[in-house]
Amino acid sequence: MGISRRDALKVMVGAGGATLAAAATPGQANAAAVVARPDAVAMLYDATRCIGCKACMVACSKANHLEPDPGWSQGLYQAPADLNGKTKNIIKLYQEPGGAYSFVKRQCMHCLDPACTSACMLGALKKGDRGVVSYNPDLCIGCRYCTMVCPFNVPRFEWDSLAPKIVKCEFCKERLAEGKLPGCCEVCPTGAVIFGKYTDLLAEAHWRLDAHPGRYVPKVYGESEVGGTQVLYLAHVDFAKLGLPAYGPDPVPTAVREVFQEIYQGLVPPIALYALLAAVMMRSRRLVTGEGPEQEAEEP
Amino acid sequence: MTTAHAQPEAIRGVVFTRSVRLLSALAVIGGVLIVWRFLVGLGRATALTDGYPWGLWIAFDVVTGTALGCGGYAVALLVFVLNRGRYHPVLRPALVTSAFGYSIAAFSVMIDVGRPWLAWKIPVFFWHWNLRSVLLEVALCIMAYALVLWIELAPAFLERAQTSSVSVIRRLAEAWLPVLRKALPWVAALGLLLPTMHQSGLGTLLLLSGPRLHPLWNTIMLPLLFLTSCIAMGFGMVVIESALSARVLGRRPEIAMLAGLGGAMRPVVLVYLSIRIVDLIVRDQINDLFALDWFSVMSLIEFGLLFGALALLREERQRRDLGNLFRASMLLLLGGALYRFDVFLLAFQPGANWAYFPNVAEILITVGLVAAEIVGYVILINLFPILAGRPRSAVAR
Amino acid sequence: MLWNAESAGRPETIGEHLVRCGLSRRAFLSFCMRLSVAAPAGLALTSRARAADIARVVAKARRPSVIWLHFQDCTGCTETLLRTANPDLAELILHLISLDYHETLMAAAGKDAEAALNAAMMENTGRYILVVEGAIPRKANGIYMKLAGRPAVDVLGDVSARAAAVIAIGSCASWGGIPSADPNPTDAVGVDGILSDGKPIINIPGCPPNPYNLLGVVLQYATSGKLPALDALKRPKFAYDRLIHDHCPRRAHFDAGRFAGAFGDSGHRQGWCLYKLGCKGPATHAGCSTRHFNEVPDVWPIGIGAPCFGCTERDMAFRMPYFQQVKIRDVTPPDTYAPIYTQQGHISPVATGVAGLIGGALLGAGYMASKRLGPRDDGGAGTKPTKE
Repeated sequence: MGISRRDALKVMVGAGGATLAAAATPGQANAAAVVARPDAVAMLYDATRCIGCKACMVACSKANHLEPDPGWSQGLYQAPADLNGKTKNIIKLYQEPGGAYSFVKRQCMHCLDPACTSACMLGALKKGDRGVVSYNPDLCIGCRYCTMVCPFNVPRFEWDSLAPKIVKCEFCKERLAEGKLPGCCEVCPTGAVIFGKYTDLLAEAHWRLDAHPGRYVPKVYGESEVGGTQVLYLAHVDFAKLGLPAYGPDPVPTAVREVFQEIYQGLVPPIALYALLAAVMMRSRRLVTGEGPEQEAEEP
Repeated sequence: MTTAHAQPEAIRGVVFTRSVRLLSALAVIGGVLIVWRFLVGLGRATALTDGYPWGLWIAFDVVTGTALGCGGYAVALLVFVLNRGRYHPVLRPALVTSAFGYSIAAFSVMIDVGRPWLAWKIPVFFWHWNLRSVLLEVALCIMAYALVLWIELAPAFLERAQTSSVSVIRRLAEAWLPVLRKALPWVAALGLLLPTMHQSGLGTLLLLSGPRLHPLWNTIMLPLLFLTSCIAMGFGMVVIESALSARVLGRRPEIAMLAGLGGAMRPVVLVYLSIRIVDLIVRDQINDLFALDWFSVMSLIEFGLLFGALALLREERQRRDLGNLFRASMLLLLGGALYRFDVFLLAFQPGANWAYFPNVAEILITVGLVAAEIVGYVILINLFPILAGRPRSAVAR
Repeated sequence: MLWNAESAGRPETIGEHLVRCGLSRRAFLSFCMRLSVAAPAGLALTSRARAADIARVVAKARRPSVIWLHFQDCTGCTETLLRTANPDLAELILHLISLDYHETLMAAAGKDAEAALNAAMMENTGRYILVVEGAIPRKANGIYMKLAGRPAVDVLGDVSARAAAVIAIGSCASWGGIPSADPNPTDAVGVDGILSDGKPIINIPGCPPNPYNLLGVVLQYATSGKLPALDALKRPKFAYDRLIHDHCPRRAHFDAGRFAGAFGDSGHRQGWCLYKLGCKGPATHAGCSTRHFNEVPDVWPIGIGAPCFGCTERDMAFRMPYFQQVKIRDVTPPDTYAPIYTQQGHISPVATGVAGLIGGALLGAGYMASKRLGPRDDGGAGTKPTKE
């Protein structure tokens, strides 16, 4: 089946034009500003108050019944190098050659519009009460798509287990249900990480920025990044240096939502397409079943 | 040149040639390693990490493997939607390759996930379905399509069963064949719908990695690019598989048909390249394309392979030269595979502190699965009426 | 010296006794103040802040009768009592308790000693404290330790039967100590390996234990008639509820990873953590890290640079080799920090090579196959299918 140069040109222009059109048209599903649930809780971590005592790491392990990860220390210490299958919360240190430094506490950010809950096939990761992104291993097949999509690379996998689960901070949801604080917030000696209502803590963060302008980088990280997160950060060094990337305000699932909505719109297009294809197949019935000579076959 | 086609028939030749024995050995090694993977866990068996949770098995076995298994889809599009009935004889062999390709892909998923014993919940627990999940759509469609492919092949098995010496089997075949034939158009329609959905879905998967996907590949056009490239790869796969089968079995390959497929590849690849290039221009990535870092170089190689394929398919004379057509198909498959590898393993950037390359076990398991697939293909075309029958001595000019 | 005038009449209180001894009120108050210094945290006494309050309680208390038996011992636990100042041994045995039988300290010997023991038992039946020092052998009916010709097992049984409570001082009496070390040829056990009649037993393990552990128990009993809270191994919680590791002065060195590698090396000389030399502190319950010995600060094993060998713990002392490192129970973070980004993921050169070989082979084979396909359609013999 040959194709003439003219036809080729037509095809290319057509495809290119379609691409242009698609790119030029703004997506129909505009990402609405993500609003937090009325009962949303939050953690506010102020890096200027953190002394790096790591009591929060010990408390997290205890509250979540996790074995401390000895990391490089051959059984001497709890010394994970990063979040992992045994570590839901970690304190890291950023140091500049000149001597300036900052600690940073990393754990799940409990995004307002998370990528992981959008990705998870059976909803093992779900945003529920108080906006906590919780995990249910009974619905998890260990596909690790959540790890692929999380902008903060939070969900970690129990690689060494024969029945591996995803491991990530869940705001100590059992303790929350009992009216207690998450382990880390309860134990922090300086109040560097505090827990409360999302609206309260966001206000508190802004109050601190206003009251002590020289003390902080003038931004509350997590207020708008990827649509907003329920863990807010204040620091005196650039957030990017602390491993908190400069993300835009669009929630991560926005692009996929556009694709899905445009293509799948309530499953009508797929069903319509199926009807069309079935009609085509019925027309070429004998060819499909391979019964007789193909009557509808056309020579090129 | 005649285009008369004989009905498909089983070859009933020697299955376990030296090559097939070698491939079987590779398959057995892969099998042993798969058992080992389940005994020691993913951490020890693979080089996967929290930075790169998806590796060779997803990028190749599932994503590229299903694209290579799009032969059935691509040929069916030609035959039924575009009414080019003369390609019908390659449909069944293409379906076999597709059936194996998708089955291996599904099997690879079961090896790759950490809790495969809960996988049955995916099709069954519909009240838990997260309808926003692309992966769910891909998983359900792949499961369904693998089933559809085997159903589409079922007439071949039942036709052989009709000649069985065991009367029970004969009667079962005779009872079921008409039922199957009646249902086939509806099933075949699914066989066109499902790949459209999930091949574009595979492209959409990494769209959710959003900020962590390199701009050279991060585009809303991902689903369309995956769809067009998979159709092209489907054609390429059919050419290679037909040419090799004909050669190995000592038959004359159907040059006209294969040349036609070569021609069919061209518009599809042109569409793909147009979308890709215009998209890069619109998103202002052309400078990055020539930045000559790793990302740029790999993108340019992708383009190079596909343009190279196009160059080899320009003229009718070139397309009728089977060797040249074979090489063009190889370039096409390489280009499409490289595109997929690039999206899943190169464009995906968890951070400079993470590194991934599959370890030996991952590679050998993949090799073993592919070898098993080939052996399965050989067994099937020998036992069942798959390939269009063509006597060894027939020499039509 | 130990014959009490009160053996004839009703027992006198400590207050009366001190008056009879000619102690002034001021001296008495000073004595009471020093009692509160001696008493470790958790005792009933220390809830009273002022010497006058303590004096009021102490004055009304009666001097308890104490019978002290030695079995398979080294007398170290008695020796340790000599090194106290608040109260010193003389004050203890003269003013606070009535030490009615103690083989090392009493003047009597032979038949007089036996008579003293019997008299003390009879007069104070149900009220005296029995302190046992040393392990008790059970092999061959206990012939390996005899007191006045009778096996220790029997003596213990008799004397404890009439006691109000039994204090097993030292590791030997608490769980067998040195005599019970492998192969334990005399089948030595502690007091609770012999007694099973429900008599209150308090174990004060250590080799030797800090004398204030015993003093605290005795003082509490003397002044309030109550025994302190015990843990599952019958050890008083005020002295044994903490690990050495949790209150060790060298803990900062442990957390910072500063370890002595060999005796006398620079780390050792700088007082670094002794964990790598086999210190059993992370697994040993005792108060030595805060309450040192001989009333001189830092006079305790780790303080002088010798790793703790876990003398209070049955599964470590005289069982685990001295230099063998013990497992840390409560693992906590060190003094170091994870960086913002840690290099992770390993690329195996072998795998890269294998992948390269396979890729190259496939490409090469595909090319060769394509060459054979050519423009001519010849059947020919089958070739190796090198690609699908």
